[in-house]
Amino acid sequence: MTKLLRAASALALLAGAAAAQDAAAPKIGIILGFTGPLESITPNMATGAEMAINEVNAAGGLLGQQVGVERADSTCIDAAAATAAAEGLVAGGANAIMGADCSGVTGAVLTNVAVPNGIGMISPSATSPGLSTAEDNGLFFRTAPSDARQGEILAQVLQERGVTDVALTYTNNDYGKGLADAFTTAFTAAGGTVSITVPHEDGKADYSAEVASLAASGSDVLLVAGYTDQGGRGIIQNALDTGAFETFVLPDGMIGQDIVDTLGEGLATSFGTMPGTDSPGAAAFQEIASAQSLDGTSVYAGESYDAAALIMLAMAAAGSTNGADWAAQVESVANAPGEQVLPGELGKALELIAAGTDIDYVGATAVELIGTGESAGNFRELEFKDGQIETVQFR
Amino acid sequence: MDLLNALVAFLNFVFIPALAYGSQLALGALGATLIYGILRFSNFAHGETMAFGTAITILLTFGLQALGITFGPLPTALIALPLAIAATALLLLGTDRLVYRFYRDAKAAPTILVIVSLGVMFIMSAITRFLVGVEDIAFADGERFVVTARGFRDWSGLEEGLAIRSTQVITVVVAGIAVALLFWFLNRTRTGKSMRAFSDNEDLALLSGINPNRVVAVTWVIVAALATTAGVLYGLDKSFKAFTYFQLLLPIFAAAVVGGLGNPLGAIAGGFVIAFSEVMVTYAWRQVVAYALPGDWAPAGLLQIMSTEYKFAVSFAILIIVLLFKPTGLFKGQSV
Repeated sequence: MTKLLRAASALALLAGAAAAQDAAAPKIGIILGFTGPLESITPNMATGAEMAINEVNAAGGLLGQQVGVERADSTCIDAAAATAAAEGLVAGGANAIMGADCSGVTGAVLTNVAVPNGIGMISPSATSPGLSTAEDNGLFFRTAPSDARQGEILAQVLQERGVTDVALTYTNNDYGKGLADAFTTAFTAAGGTVSITVPHEDGKADYSAEVASLAASGSDVLLVAGYTDQGGRGIIQNALDTGAFETFVLPDGMIGQDIVDTLGEGLATSFGTMPGTDSPGAAAFQEIASAQSLDGTSVYAGESYDAAALIMLAMAAAGSTNGADWAAQVESVANAPGEQVLPGELGKALELIAAGTDIDYVGATAVELIGTGESAGNFRELEFKDGQIETVQFR
Repeated sequence: MDLLNALVAFLNFVFIPALAYGSQLALGALGATLIYGILRFSNFAHGETMAFGTAITILLTFGLQALGITFGPLPTALIALPLAIAATALLLLGTDRLVYRFYRDAKAAPTILVIVSLGVMFIMSAITRFLVGVEDIAFADGERFVVTARGFRDWSGLEEGLAIRSTQVITVVVAGIAVALLFWFLNRTRTGKSMRAFSDNEDLALLSGINPNRVVAVTWVIVAALATTAGVLYGLDKSFKAFTYFQLLLPIFAAAVVGGLGNPLGAIAGGFVIAFSEVMVTYAWRQVVAYALPGDWAPAGLLQIMSTEYKFAVSFAILIIVLLFKPTGLFKGQSV
C-alpha cells in the first residue's frame, strides 16, 4: 500500500513538473476575424504570422523549446465572441496574443483578457486612434500605424492633388469613426472643407439614402472609409450608377484586388493609401512569402509577420514568456540602436540576442515604435488604372 | 429658378431608387403577408427563403452562361427564374411536410410556429451558404443601363444627370406583372377564392368542403414564387450576399405590418411607404431646393431632416405610430 502511495505521489510530482514546463512553453495565440467583414484578408495575415513562427522553430525554437501556435476567430465585429475566443486561447496555454484585427474587438480583448491575465498583445491591424490611450499596463503594441497618422497622410495627398472640398462617408464602427475624425481634423487644419459626413452601416439592404445625401453636398470627390466587401463597396457602386461621384479616395480598409476587379473602369480616377514601405525588408518579405505561395503585398500580411516576430524576439531578450517581462523588451527590440534584422533573419537575430548584442528589428514594414507602442507608419499612395493597383509613391 | 434640374435631381436620387427598393420590399412583404393570412404565423424564414431561391438562380445562371445561353440585353437570371421557383417550392413543401404540418395538426399556438420558423431559418441559411458561400456575388449580365447619368447630361444639357439601371426597370415591371397575376389568381380563380375563404374564416371554409391541405400547398408554391422573384430582383439590382438577405427581413415585416398583416394590397402599399420614407426623410434637400429657389437664395445648410444612420429609426417610428393608432395597418388587415 505504502509503495503504491509513494508511486502515485511520484507520478503526481512528475505530472506537476510536466505541467509547469508546459505553462512556460512559448505559445502564440493568433486571433483574427476568420469570419465576418475581414474574412477575405485574414487568412493571409495568419499565414504571415505563422511564417515567422515556423522560421523560429526551424532555427531551433525559442528558450530551448518549440513555439506553439493556435488560431481563434475574433469575428471583427462581436466583442463578446472575441473575448470568449481569447479566453479560450489563454486557457489553452497561450502566453502572447498576435491580434486582434479590428479596432473594436482589439479593445475588448485587451481590456477583458490581456490586461487581467497579464498577457502581452501585438495587433497587426487595429488602427483606431482610441487604442493609443487605452489602459494597457504596457502590454499592448501594434505594428500598424494609428489612423490619426493615416488621416494626416490622406489630407496631405488630397492637398497635393488640389482637392479642397470633399464628401466623407465612414463605416459606423471604431475604425471608420476614428479615421473619419482624424482625417477631418487634419484636412480642416490644412484649409480644406468636409462638406458632409455620412456614416453607413455594413451589410444593409440599400444605400440609396446615403448616396443621395452625399451627392447633395455638391462635392466632386468622395472619401469612403469602409470595407471592400461591405457597405463601402455598396456606396461606391451606387454613387457610380447614379453619377453622383466619379472620383473616390480609398483608405486601407477599402483596398483589395476584388474591389478593383468588380468596379474596374469605375475607379479610373480614384486614388488611395495603405500602409506599406519600399524598405529592403518589404522585398525580403515578399521573397520568403512567395516561396510559401503567399502574396507578400496582401494587406497587413507583413504587419502580421512582424507582430509575431517581435513577440518571439522580445521573449528571447527577456528570457521569459511572462507577459510583463517580454512586453518590457518589445520597444528595445524593435527600435534602434542595434543590428538591423530583416525578414528571414530571425534565426540570426536569436543568436545575436543570445550573444548579448542589441538588435533593431526592421522587418517587413520598417517597424519603428513610437508613443505608446505603435508603428510610426509608412504609407503607399495608390492609383487604380486598368484594373491594377499601382503604387504612385511612398510616404 | 431651375425647376428642371431640381426635378431631375429628385428623380435620380430619391424617386427612382425608392421605387425600385419599394417594389422589392413589396414583393417580399406579399409573401410574408400571405403566410400570415392563410397559415397564421409570422414566417421568420422568409428572408432565407429569398436567399435560397436566389442562390439556386445564381447557380442556374452560371450554368446557362457556361453553355453560352444568354438573354440578349436582359439578365440571364430571368431565364433561370422559373426553374429556381420550382426548386424553392419543393424546398418549402418539403419543410411544410417535415416541420410545419406536425405543429399544424397539433393546433400549436402562433407563437410556437414563429419559433419553429426561426429554427427553419437557421437551417435554410446554412443550406444557402453551403450552396453558394458567404461571398458577395454579382450575377447580373446584359445591358446595365437604360439611361446613363453622363448620357442624359449630354443629351439634355442639364447640370444634373439621370441614371436608370435596366435592373430597376425590370424590377418595377416584373413586380407589376407578379402582383397583377397574384390578384387575378386570388380574385378570379376557384383555388384563389378558396384561399381567401380559408383566410377569412377557417372553420366555415372547412365546413363548405375546402381541402385545407390543398390550400396550404398552393400557398407555399405562391410564396416560393414571390420570394424567389423578390430575392432575384434585389440581387440583380444590388448584389447577392447571404447575410444581407437576413437583414432584409426587418424592412419586409415593417412593410407587411404597416400595410396590414394578411392584406395583399396593404403589403404593396407598405413596401413603398417604408422605402420612400427611408430615402426621403434622410435626404439632404439642399441641392433640390437650391435649384428650385431663385438666384442666390440657396440655403447654406444641408436641409437634412435626419441623418442617414437613423433611417431604420424612420421605418420603426412609422411602424409604432401605425400600431398605436391603427393596429390593423393602413389597409384593414389582422391586428397583431
